[in-house]
Amino acid sequence: MDSFFIATGVALCLLMLLTLHRTVHGPTAIDRIMGVNVIGTKTTILLIIIGSIYHRVDMFVDIALAYALLNFIVTIAASRYFHHRKNLSSRGYGYKFRAEDD
Amino acid sequence: MDIVVIMLTVIGLFSFFATTVGLLRFPDFYSRMHAAGKGDTLASLLMLLALALYNFHEVNLANLLVAIKILSIVVFIFMASPTATHAITDAAFESGVKPWTKEPEEES
Repeated sequence: MDSFFIATGVALCLLMLLTLHRTVHGPTAIDRIMGVNVIGTKTTILLIIIGSIYHRVDMFVDIALAYALLNFIVTIAASRYFHHRKNLSSRGYGYKFRAEDD
Repeated sequence: MDIVVIMLTVIGLFSFFATTVGLLRFPDFYSRMHAAGKGDTLASLLMLLALALYNFHEVNLANLLVAIKILSIVVFIFMASPTATHAITDAAFESGVKPWTKEPEEES
């Protein structure tokens, strides 16, 4: 069962690397916040998997809970920061921004 | 018990994979947010449920406490993830990200 959890953790790390492409190359800043949010959710689960591998889940579950709280606060704070901000980067697929219209 | 754990974990991994593919391949911010918001929540539910079952293999008080803590993470994610999705989408809408349309708009 340990090797199964190790394989699951490796697969989660590969999916996090794929999500990192959207975080680095995202057309707008909002896409980057979304990528960070998805990576944070995967990290919460990866921490509990690491705890199951080391048989110390009672310690790692607290870290995972704190990480989930921190991820939520980071997402809310960053999205409040970009609220009403008109000059997001405009390169990307068919984006046109409202600031160009008025 | 192990078969249930493996099945839940594999379904959760598939859901994470679908989330990542949607995040990389959808053409628009709003559709990417749709993939990220829903697939992430479902996959966290399935995988954390599998891990709680795996850690509850031997019934005593400490394992029960750990399983309850993992389920509390599930409850927190179920409240936090839609809220975060709504906040990001609201920020994108208020800053004027236009939705993707099939015909490319002419450059003005």
